[in-house]
Amino acid sequence: MHPAPFAYKAAHSVEEALELLRSHEDAKILAGGQSLIPALKLRLTQPAMLIDISKISSLRGIRRENGKLIIGSGTTHREIEKSSLVAEASPLLASLAPQIGDVQVRHRGTFGGSLAHADPAGDWPAAALAVDAELVIAGAHGTRTVHASDFFTGMLSTVINADELLTEIRVPGEGTPGIYLKHRNAASGYATVGVAVTATHNHGRIGTVSIAVTGATPVAFRASAAEHALTGHAVSAHLLDEAASHAADGLECLSDIHAPAAYRAQLVKVMVRRALGKLLHA
Amino acid sequence: MAVATPTRAFGASIRRREDPRLITGRGKFTDDIHLANAATAMFVRSPHGHARIVSIDTSAASAHPGVLGVYTFENVKGFISGMPCAWPTTNTGDTLKLATYPPLADGKVRYFGEAVALVVAVDPNTAADAVDLVHVDYDPLPAVINNEAAVAPGAPLIHDSAPGNQAFRWSLVGGDTNGALAHADVRISQTLVNQRLIATPLETRCAVADYNPASGEVTVWVTSQNPHIHRLLIALSTGIPEHKIRVIAGDVGGGFGAKIPYYAGEALCIFASKELGVPVRWSESRSENYVATAHGRDHIQHIEVGATKEGKITALKVTAYASLGAYPSTAAPGVPTWLFGCIIQGPYDIPNNEVHVIGVYTNTTPTDAYRGAGRPEATYMLERVIDLVAAKVGRDPVEVRRLNFVKKDQFPFKVANGTLTYDSGDYELALDQALHTVDYTHLRAWQEEQRAAGKLVGIGFSSYVEICGLGPSSAANAMGFAGGLYDSATIRVHPTGKVTVFTGVHSHGQGHETSFAQIVARDLGLKVDDVDVIHGDTDKVQHGMGTYGSRSAAVGGGALHMAGMKIRAKAQKIAAHLLEVAEEDIEWVDDAFRVKGSPDKAKTIPDCAFAAYMAGNLPAGVTPVLEEQHWYDPENFVFPFGTHICVVEVDRETGETHIKRYVAIDDCGEIINPMLRDGQVHGGIAQGIAQALWEEAVYDENGQLLSGSLMDYAIPKASVMPHLELGHTVTPSPHNPLGVKGIGEAGTIASTPAVVNAVMDALSPLGIHHIDMPLRPAKVWAAIDAASH
Repeated sequence: MHPAPFAYKAAHSVEEALELLRSHEDAKILAGGQSLIPALKLRLTQPAMLIDISKISSLRGIRRENGKLIIGSGTTHREIEKSSLVAEASPLLASLAPQIGDVQVRHRGTFGGSLAHADPAGDWPAAALAVDAELVIAGAHGTRTVHASDFFTGMLSTVINADELLTEIRVPGEGTPGIYLKHRNAASGYATVGVAVTATHNHGRIGTVSIAVTGATPVAFRASAAEHALTGHAVSAHLLDEAASHAADGLECLSDIHAPAAYRAQLVKVMVRRALGKLLHA
Repeated sequence: MAVATPTRAFGASIRRREDPRLITGRGKFTDDIHLANAATAMFVRSPHGHARIVSIDTSAASAHPGVLGVYTFENVKGFISGMPCAWPTTNTGDTLKLATYPPLADGKVRYFGEAVALVVAVDPNTAADAVDLVHVDYDPLPAVINNEAAVAPGAPLIHDSAPGNQAFRWSLVGGDTNGALAHADVRISQTLVNQRLIATPLETRCAVADYNPASGEVTVWVTSQNPHIHRLLIALSTGIPEHKIRVIAGDVGGGFGAKIPYYAGEALCIFASKELGVPVRWSESRSENYVATAHGRDHIQHIEVGATKEGKITALKVTAYASLGAYPSTAAPGVPTWLFGCIIQGPYDIPNNEVHVIGVYTNTTPTDAYRGAGRPEATYMLERVIDLVAAKVGRDPVEVRRLNFVKKDQFPFKVANGTLTYDSGDYELALDQALHTVDYTHLRAWQEEQRAAGKLVGIGFSSYVEICGLGPSSAANAMGFAGGLYDSATIRVHPTGKVTVFTGVHSHGQGHETSFAQIVARDLGLKVDDVDVIHGDTDKVQHGMGTYGSRSAAVGGGALHMAGMKIRAKAQKIAAHLLEVAEEDIEWVDDAFRVKGSPDKAKTIPDCAFAAYMAGNLPAGVTPVLEEQHWYDPENFVFPFGTHICVVEVDRETGETHIKRYVAIDDCGEIINPMLRDGQVHGGIAQGIAQALWEEAVYDENGQLLSGSLMDYAIPKASVMPHLELGHTVTPSPHNPLGVKGIGEAGTIASTPAVVNAVMDALSPLGIHHIDMPLRPAKVWAAIDAASH
């Protein structure tokens, strides 16, 4: 439980962090450390340097701008959980945050860290996909903005380059009803399957609906076929049953000692149905 | 001996006196021992389940700055060549194949995580770096994990000294089981797997050894449940004279059986301290604890049952394949044999029964006692059997239990295999109280309504009796245990009447500092706060056997009470002398010696103590000072019992089990402290529910431990525990001086089958009769899914 030797540097600005990234090979970003520190202690990862971004105040905070919720990448899960702004602007995020880890973890772990780590059992990737978040990535030549649908590229991998830093996440802030359901691994508390759903309905008819799933597959995904099956249709139990029953079609699910692939596929269907039911009251 | 009437000390829910220390960080655990110049030990561990060691290159590690020494088996074997087994038992005439358990791998590794080399360095970081620099060249061998596969023809051979990987065959036979099976109205065959578990104490194992080359003395701080046994085994295995060894097990953060054994890590700290001339410390990481500390359970049981058409069990035959893991740990052979087989008929009058146990070696971490040790394996088997019989004959499982119970007028009751005589019991009383608590009639009606509404709800029972208060030394010796099972107490009444108690048992969560003070306070008429309890230091405490098998209150408490009575006897002579009356003219009433008929004329224990230390005015023949000691060797085990009821709902779509109610009625005889009793039951039930639903040590076919951390091994969380409704009946042990029976393991023993039986009851409308533990949602859903296709 003792990491291999590494150098440590705390950055105090995004520019300083980027400069450190550029000038040091084999450096890793340390934000809340909830995934990195255990990996270091097990010597699963042995970077030459850690660049601590937790002291960069500009990365932290939640604000609303032009109807969007802007969340700094260094904002902790707990800050999101406790934010009245988030509760009002994004019920899905508010529903998810308290389901992460435990209170201690939520005080340390960060929104951006979770997204950048892209753990297949992480919770935030599902929400980011469901709300179609925009992720702002800073690099040597300024910033670029990537949609969540283009952000995750594989298990534990994203489009962030080695010399870039995720700085903020922008999500729609108009208060669309949303919910996150999570089936916890009994040991780790991570999502065996997590389902993030947002939906609007008007006079018994479904408006927009988005369904994103984490935990089931190497990368979180949008259940597009189920979304299409629902959009614009009149709400009925039968419709939701039918849409949910196809939510796992064609999936190649992960398998482990806790949950074989077939069970994960079952959870996807059941949890999509239950999330839709809660949001659409059917 | 008559049981004294409880007063305010004994039987009161006094808060744990150790807690202010422990919860404010003022405890002193082994890892809190910091000695000047102490070096850190770490181990290079095997990444293979089974492999030949081609070579070990320690040169880079040895040359690493700050490294003090790197050692392999060749270096340490002159100090210690093998870890001793203290319970080398067999009873069938077969020779016990007790494989040598080397402190470091000797030419071959036989389980994932086996220690291959020892690194000692100036600090933990340096030691960890050096561990990575030891290069071991392995030639991997096929591994065997499954207990039955291990003894099948052609299985990979783990020890040359144990052909066919069989350590022993062990049997007990009572009555004519084959004959009764042949004539039974109904017969059931069932295979049950009692999965491998990892104890997971909050504190991992640690050791600090300080060898003094000038005096030849060594002090060893160690996470032990039984410091005197550790001292003895250190002496026997290393040749260091016993009187030169001081073992200190101060605050210990949970044991659950896994801190009974004597391990190589502890021995090698002594080796290294002697070798290097500095204190050497070692602390397991959690990952290391999961491979290097003994696992528990791991049985495959084949069961044959015969019963009448009313459900009276006439025959029970069990063949169990029990894994010792790769090597025989300290008490390992005794756990799946005597602690399992003797109690094979549980609380039931089953006149014909047989149990055969095949102890096997597999490429896994060695096993040893784990909370309940043998008795959970028996109870789970039997309680599943009762429910299977009830289903087969179409009767309520409650009635089948009642029909088979040993009745209260049958005590003392000798079991069919003749090994045990149950001291006292009233099994129907506990069952009836549990039924009353849940309002059974209404509960079944509710279940019918729920089922009609499509819900999978179930009611599960577990009735148990356990062997506790280990035990009489004569029985222990007869069972092949290389030690006595008496225990000891010294009561030192100081001149002011304050008391220090030295107990030979050990507290690592049990709360003896509170409950034992309550025993002494009652016996000597003192306040609980006037009594301090010392344990866990072989230089302070007289020889004792430590804590396991729910023995502390029964045996340690028994010794304490007997020593207290010696104090009283001596003090009575002094009191009579001081009161100037004949000894027979005073009596012990209201916490003092009082002159009969003139109760105001009285002397308390402090009065007598002061006189005993002043010593100038003592009656003839009475020696100065008030201090007594007693070794208590019980005449029998004690046999706590009870009934637990669990109500569950199973989510049909996800396979998740939700516990709706949990009722536990336990009878541990007299209760010293109800709050501590409840705490023991709470913790025990948590661990037992966890075995039923979540916990499992999983190996892959190469012997890799897949559940090697808390990320994959699911211990119970407070957030998933149900509300527990506890109750009790009191049937005192007739032979124990305090009338107590023990409660530390009851919850673990009883709860596992209660939960599984409830889930199986919930699933019974689907035609599902058995699923092996743990009842993970995925497994339950798969069974539901298969049943509905």
